[in-house]
Amino acid sequence: MARELKKTPLWAVHRRAGARMVDFAGWEMPVQYRGVIEEHLAVRERAGLFDVSHMGEIEIHGAGASEFCQRMTANDISRMKVSQAQYNLILNDAGGVVDDVIFYRLEPDRYLVCVNAANREKDFEWLRERAGGGVRVEDRSDDYALLALQGPAAEKILRSLTALDLQALKPFHFARAEVASIDCLLARTGYTGEDGFELYCNPQAAAGLWDRLLEAGASAGLEPAGLGARDTLRLEKAYPLYSHELDDTTTPLEAGLDWVVKLGKGEFVGRDVLLKQKEEGVRRRLVGLELMDPGIARADYPLLKDGRVVGRITSGTLSPSLKRAIALGYVTTEQAVTGNILEVEIRGRRARIQIVPVPFYRRSPS
Amino acid sequence: MDFPEGLKYSKEHEWVLVEGKTATIGITEYAQEELGDIVYVELPEVGEKIVKDDPFGAVESVKAVSDVYAPVSGTVIEVNDALPDNPETINEDAYGDGWMIRVEMSDMDDLKDLMTADEYAEYVAQQRDEEEEDDETDEEEE
Repeated sequence: MARELKKTPLWAVHRRAGARMVDFAGWEMPVQYRGVIEEHLAVRERAGLFDVSHMGEIEIHGAGASEFCQRMTANDISRMKVSQAQYNLILNDAGGVVDDVIFYRLEPDRYLVCVNAANREKDFEWLRERAGGGVRVEDRSDDYALLALQGPAAEKILRSLTALDLQALKPFHFARAEVASIDCLLARTGYTGEDGFELYCNPQAAAGLWDRLLEAGASAGLEPAGLGARDTLRLEKAYPLYSHELDDTTTPLEAGLDWVVKLGKGEFVGRDVLLKQKEEGVRRRLVGLELMDPGIARADYPLLKDGRVVGRITSGTLSPSLKRAIALGYVTTEQAVTGNILEVEIRGRRARIQIVPVPFYRRSPS
Repeated sequence: MDFPEGLKYSKEHEWVLVEGKTATIGITEYAQEELGDIVYVELPEVGEKIVKDDPFGAVESVKAVSDVYAPVSGTVIEVNDALPDNPETINEDAYGDGWMIRVEMSDMDDLKDLMTADEYAEYVAQQRDEEEEDDETDEEEE
């Protein structure tokens, strides 16, 4: 018998919209509605609406919560004021990535952490077991639905539904606001490389909010977008995906997330390993790759130099914006040089693949 | 969903047009719909031998790669050279311009295992039902 899949509050809405549903991290999620490429381009050119309610929300609060968060993560929590968000990494003792997350500072000692669906239980246990004193760690995932409105038209669409001054809401900031008369935590964050918003709301209000957003965005060309487009969009920006580019055995320095790691902020879990790695250098690095021969390089395909395996692909697709086969992969540090041409083994055939700078796609200045 | 009469169909969702000993092969409307946007096609070369039930090529969507299985054995005598540059043709015209290869069949008995349009339509309906049933089971379990 098929494994029981979890459903978001928007499951029935997706089904009615004719979405193709797939198992994603134990959730039955829409992978596409009308087509991945169309939805991808809608987000780049106009706007797309994603249901990402499968993502988890963990709240950390109480006296000492800030110090605790600072100790459990790589980025500098103290740089974040109340109403600000921050991309961050929860690390293990080996400097590996337990999860890549977004921290929202709700109050001086209260944080909401948006975590990957597949890591929800792992993260919760990891944090709860290490929280002492007055620090409380709560899994609040069931209290939130999460919608992502992404694309250059996102602000304009949202403007008709909220009294909040959206121009004053800067990237990686959030506010409490009513959107279509529904209470939301409205954050200018996202995972597509476009301007956009993430709306956290009560699960019971999610279907209403979804409909109102689509209605309000219809004339601007807003379309529902699935996980397929979410993946190609993030890959064009070279944003890492947990279990592909990141896992418990990869360090942020290998993954090119040096900018997230604030070694100078004081003690934190995994710091010793990262400090050593920084001094001695990493053995492998995540690089951007572009195929020079026909084909598509997919996750786990081996990368070779002079016939010797020097790495592997972690994610790959045909970029809908650039119409080129792009990929991310880990290679040995000595090979991780822009312009270096490697070979990728595609199902028994070898194709030339070049290391290129990332992101693959940049938003054109508006 | 379109199931043209006069074609033969495999369980792996390939179609075959038989003209004498020549078989023209492609993937069905159902298969292209399941795959979504097709962005890359890998085809064999003229002269290559293909073996029934073995992969002879691949179609890739933005999300995934899928093998295409040979519905019959034989030698490739023609390849749709227009496809690699326009893989979306398979989405647009799976039974027409989206054909993949022509094969000279080595064993006409291979055709016995293939389905007629009616049989294939029923087979696809069954597969759809199974998908639906899975969904209903999910609902009951909730």
